[in-house]
Amino acid sequence: MLVHSRKGRWALWALFLLFFVPLFALPLLVIVAASFSTNWSGAFPSGPTLGHYAAATRGDALRALTTSLVTALTASVLALVVGTWAALAAHALSKKGKRLMDALFMLPVAVPSVVVGLAVLVAFSQPPFLLNGTRWIVILAHTVLVTAFAYQSVSAAVVRLDPAYEQAAASLGARPSYVLWRVRLPLLLPSLNAAAGLCFALSMGELSATMMLYPPDWMPLPVRIFTATDRGSLFTGSAVAVVLMGATLLVLLAVSRIRTRASYR
Amino acid sequence: MPTRSALRNICPQREGKGAGKPPERPRTQRAFWVIPPVLALVLTFLYPLALLVQQSFTPLEGGTSVQPYVDVFEDPAFREALGTTVWLAVGATVGCLVLGFVLALVIAFVPFPGAKGVARFVDVFLSFPSFLITLALLFVYGTVGMANGLWTDVTGAASGPFQFLTTPWGVLLAEITYFTPFVMRPLLAAFSQLDTAQIEAASSLGAKAPRIVRQVILPEALPALAAGGSLVLIMCLNEFGIVLFTGAKGVTTLPTLVYSKAILESDWTAACVVAVVNVVISVGLYGLYRVVSRRVGA
Repeated sequence: MLVHSRKGRWALWALFLLFFVPLFALPLLVIVAASFSTNWSGAFPSGPTLGHYAAATRGDALRALTTSLVTALTASVLALVVGTWAALAAHALSKKGKRLMDALFMLPVAVPSVVVGLAVLVAFSQPPFLLNGTRWIVILAHTVLVTAFAYQSVSAAVVRLDPAYEQAAASLGARPSYVLWRVRLPLLLPSLNAAAGLCFALSMGELSATMMLYPPDWMPLPVRIFTATDRGSLFTGSAVAVVLMGATLLVLLAVSRIRTRASYR
Repeated sequence: MPTRSALRNICPQREGKGAGKPPERPRTQRAFWVIPPVLALVLTFLYPLALLVQQSFTPLEGGTSVQPYVDVFEDPAFREALGTTVWLAVGATVGCLVLGFVLALVIAFVPFPGAKGVARFVDVFLSFPSFLITLALLFVYGTVGMANGLWTDVTGAASGPFQFLTTPWGVLLAEITYFTPFVMRPLLAAFSQLDTAQIEAASSLGAKAPRIVRQVILPEALPALAAGGSLVLIMCLNEFGIVLFTGAKGVTTLPTLVYSKAILESDWTAACVVAVVNVVISVGLYGLYRVVSRRVGA
């Protein structure tokens, strides 16, 4: 215990609440409260309604939700495949090669996502790869942005993997592909799950690159929230935002349940 | 579970050169497996970046010249955006470091009922997109929001005093709010490894809390602070959603300048020039961050 006097402890806790509640808890509460109200011109919102949710789960907004879910799911799966493959292949390299792979695959984190969007737009609006105006350009940009996180998470786990297991399997005559499929990947499952959750959440909330290149018929939720609030419909926007947060949390929860089952293996 | 020594007894021929490494295969064969993912990265990321750089050297009239760079650097709007981006990022990083350190300190060392829940809440907070914060701040400090509504109700004035949301200060507040958890998480991880006996020893030797923080906790936290701080600095330099959602005409940062040049003005060459400048700054800082975090072992 760092602070021994009771008075000092209470003073610190008060200070903590003073910063924590308005800065972190309040924003999320405010969005939830606003999504249920028609008007907010005093201390508290007024005119309770469910109308914004009716609007947020119908027509365009519903299409935006499925768009986001499909985009995030596809991008996460692609990112996991590429990221895991790269992490496993990099692990087998020499120290220098490993460092080069790290630098290569972590580079998209450092590059601003707006710039990733612009670069993808420039490159895939001209032959030989014409993707501009299709949903694939959005999915591609999301994949590029989240692959780095899959790579990082898996390559951190590969290092901690006990080589005894795969050596045992190999010494018993298992082929490399069998060792990979039945020994290494199952052992990596917890970190693969964590990476999947992270990739999914990031892709669900991705706005900057998407703003650069979404076609009119493939508008994900964050863009939908922006167009709503930009037009001045803040309350509809917050209902859509709550839908976004809810969908993200549900998927994260599902993923974390898989993880606990895998780690009890 | 077979331990490694048990395994050595079972198959002693694995002892020696191959131990601790994946089964040895020819180096060329191992390098071969690197090719597919690298090819994917080159095609989807490096090739677009190369085209972006090429485009930035191509003025409207065609040909190759540095004229686009000269034009952009002479543009006062660009210089202002560059200045705003840098001071916002530095300011937000300092704010996050101070706030994150204090909050993590309380959670870790002056725990209260529910401190664990707060730590979990921080994790959840990280999985939400940044622009939600700005959206929330619009309700709290916006022209008709909570704070101004309270003020006009109490004083009877026509409008409230909180008009900072569309200024850089609003962006700064939103960035500090959103990025502080990114500092708190590595700090909480570092604090959980700190031996409580150290603090108790210092305390029993008569050191007061501020001195313990300064001389025992802070040195332990420095690597985590350096890593978290530089990560936040890069993310603030690249932040787009927060600035876009404030809808502030007066606040332009490099990422929003890229967006407005490309999408609103359709000036692709200028957009690419600004993008290249932004990439150079961010990637340069990121390289520094990796060197620093490797040096301090974070």
